[in-house]
Amino acid sequence: MSTSRTIQFTLNGRPATADIAANETIVDMLTNRFELRGARESCGQGLCGCCTVTVDGMAVSGCLSLAWFLDGKSVETVEALSKGGVLDPVQEAFIEAGAFQCGFCTPGFIMMVRQLLDAHPDPDEDEVRHYLTGNLCRCSAYPEIMDAVKLAAAKRKRASAA
Amino acid sequence: MSAITPPPFASRSLPRLEAREKVTGRIEYTHHLKLPGMLHGKIFRSTMPHAKIKSIDTTAAAALPGVYQVVTIDDIRKVIPNPYYGPAFHDQPILADGKVRFAGEPVAVVLAFDKKIAEEAAGLITAEYEELPAVFDEIEAMTAKVLVHDELKPAATFADLKYLKGKKGTNIALDYQLRRGDTEAAFARAEHVFEHTFRSQQVMHVPMEPFVSVADWQDGHLTLHTASQGPSFVRIEIARLLGLPENKVRVKVPYLGGGFGGKLYIKLEALVTALSMVAERPVKISLTMDEQFFMVTRHPCHFTIKSGLDASGKIIARHCEVIWNGGAYADIGPRVTQKAGFTSAGPYDIDNVTINSYAVYTNRPPCGALRGFGAPQTAWAYECHTDMIADALKMDRVEFRRKNMLREGRPQASGTPLRDAEIERAMDHVLDRMNWSAPFDRGSGNIKRGRGIGIGFKGITSPTTSVAIVNLNADGSCALYIGTVDMGQGSDTVMAQIAAQVLNLDPASIKVIHPDTDVTPYDMGTLGSRSTFHMGNAVRIAAEDAKQKIEVLARELGLPQGANLPLVDMMKQKYGMQAGNIIGTGTYLADYEKPDAQGQTTKGTPFWGVGAAGAEVEIDIETGAIKVTKLVNVADVGVALNPKAVQQQLSGAGIMQLGFTLTENMVFRDGQLTNGSLADYKIPTLLDMPKSFINEHVPNAYDAHGPFGAKGGGESTTIALSPAIGNAVADALGIRIYDLPITPEAIFRAMQEAKGAPLEEDA
Repeated sequence: MSTSRTIQFTLNGRPATADIAANETIVDMLTNRFELRGARESCGQGLCGCCTVTVDGMAVSGCLSLAWFLDGKSVETVEALSKGGVLDPVQEAFIEAGAFQCGFCTPGFIMMVRQLLDAHPDPDEDEVRHYLTGNLCRCSAYPEIMDAVKLAAAKRKRASAA
Repeated sequence: MSAITPPPFASRSLPRLEAREKVTGRIEYTHHLKLPGMLHGKIFRSTMPHAKIKSIDTTAAAALPGVYQVVTIDDIRKVIPNPYYGPAFHDQPILADGKVRFAGEPVAVVLAFDKKIAEEAAGLITAEYEELPAVFDEIEAMTAKVLVHDELKPAATFADLKYLKGKKGTNIALDYQLRRGDTEAAFARAEHVFEHTFRSQQVMHVPMEPFVSVADWQDGHLTLHTASQGPSFVRIEIARLLGLPENKVRVKVPYLGGGFGGKLYIKLEALVTALSMVAERPVKISLTMDEQFFMVTRHPCHFTIKSGLDASGKIIARHCEVIWNGGAYADIGPRVTQKAGFTSAGPYDIDNVTINSYAVYTNRPPCGALRGFGAPQTAWAYECHTDMIADALKMDRVEFRRKNMLREGRPQASGTPLRDAEIERAMDHVLDRMNWSAPFDRGSGNIKRGRGIGIGFKGITSPTTSVAIVNLNADGSCALYIGTVDMGQGSDTVMAQIAAQVLNLDPASIKVIHPDTDVTPYDMGTLGSRSTFHMGNAVRIAAEDAKQKIEVLARELGLPQGANLPLVDMMKQKYGMQAGNIIGTGTYLADYEKPDAQGQTTKGTPFWGVGAAGAEVEIDIETGAIKVTKLVNVADVGVALNPKAVQQQLSGAGIMQLGFTLTENMVFRDGQLTNGSLADYKIPTLLDMPKSFINEHVPNAYDAHGPFGAKGGGESTTIALSPAIGNAVADALGIRIYDLPITPEAIFRAMQEAKGAPLEEDA
């Protein structure tokens, strides 16, 4: 039923091409055409944050955004964060703080925390709570996520000072 | 209990073994699984809560290009002649069979290679129904003429349910009874009698990885990949349905994106199995978040509790009438009814107790296990009741609890003595963290402040078995084969710690082989706080067995005592090359004694789950808005083998229960769920976390039967939290809330009623 269209974009730093149906979301495309598992559909309504990816540097809900509109844009998923076995400071902080249980929401949180720290390198507790309120964790690792954000902010500061 | 020196390896707050894969997003969930040639199934669901199906029109759906097949119960009957399943009752048809019993019940399935085509086609199916009168309320259902099932069909697996076989003319799926002492006589001589009724609402697990199962039927044998907490039970039940031996059914479970009791027993597995047999291809069904509300939920509960006290304030009699709204299919509701019924008189020392606990069918989505197995619903009643009695008798709420508390060695209502259960120390720990003895700010202006506590306990499903295999390779590396499902609680890590402790290995070096019933041995299920205790013991026994075999090998090789030759060298000496395995096995079955006709047994539970909670609340009396400003959760987990993982369980369970206390509620209108999505059904976010939030386990506790003194802790903090908040609200306002959830509207309505100006109910 749906027509398709070829789009060209950048995926995790590499050029990518895909024939995309009109009803295909970003998370559909990442899962089915690129076998990336980090962005996951959970609520399907843009309410839980499990499918968070960035498009041209801005966090979006991959379950609500149509892949068609990625043409010419740059998409980054959690898979881009670790290189050669070295984790991003936010990923390290999540491990050190124990900021997850089942892990299903974790990539979404990590993507959002990176954006939070880009905008507010030293956020206070209220800023963190409000910024991340669109990411749901049913295991409720919230106290540890708060710790992880603090830890990640410190790690980033150290890294930029070095 | 005496102070215990924690064992060196087992007690470290080791990060999860799979931590890296979880932060890189590469971890394996069934959610992502694709098999070659796989079809996606999309369920067409009933729009009626109770109706006969006159016809199902699948023509338009079948005609949509890309649709492989549309399947109804008629197709399924050709491959599974008796397509009814369930852990307690064989009452649930794989697809609706001539009748629907709740709005949302699966009626037909569209199969297509493209998931979106399957979805579109499911929207083209129509069904014609002849509506039947329905029953939604558990009290009505107890005596209603409307029958959800014409005949009760208990599964043969529970011996204690056999008497219900073939019973007709009732919605009562199970009536559990406990009698201790002479309750009537004790009430007759009681100085004071109090009776109150409390209700809990229907809520849902909301795992972030929605239910998903994949079946691959090939020429007489089946492989199931499923997000299940109980692979062994899935195998047994599917083998029964298909009339196959267990070894023809293979069930594989990777990591789970949350479970919380929902992903237990049989869920989508029977349906995908049938579809794969019909289509002769692999079939996957992934539910949407919205569909999860129709899979399994938590029982609404209606609990009338009556207590008789002597002049000194000692409780001498208690009568518990607990009615569980089980929805349209029994699922594991009968066991919830028994297990939660068993402890529904609370952690108090009462000589005369009567408990009647009923599982009732209604035309709602089915209810089953959810973190706490009914204990939170019963504690909501008995702990609010406790404060109400203390207040009425003008006794201190804490001292009243102390006076009546069940203590070590004393028999609980079932006759099972309390053992290694730190109820009083848990309460004292809460009081300490609440600064209970310090002056308390009661608020000013429109803001009223209050505080409350609650205590509670639960029995553990018994008798159950866990089996573990420890495999040491010829190079000395270790793999652990267990059926425990890591759904986020960290069982892989803790089990590795236990094996490492016995074998003197680094726990991070141990590989935990995930449930695969062709490979991993039997386990009853990852449920009811049982894994650390049962599987932990099995792993300990298996590791000790392996260790003993190494010692035998050393003697065989003539090595001097204490030679400590690395295993790889021993194996080379034995086999002439790096070859062979050392295999240790362990089976654990907890000590159990079946209750008699009065529900009495001295061995009713392998251990006691114990939780205590304290809450401070702030209420705006103009709006009813409630804020929990401080929340303290304390549990007795025995020895915390991985203190960090324990703390996560305590706080996670606490926040989940906070949602069930303040916001979560499945709202029905004429049997139709009106808020089945995360847009309208609100689970806690970071903003709902109390500003002051303390989660701790009782220090220096020890369970003599647990592995290295440990016991389960995944549910303990769900038990006492709701009444702690309910008691804090009553403390702030002098008004009692009887029904969960405690929403601002509920508070506002209660305040208006107290003023003699009740608001009208919604039309």
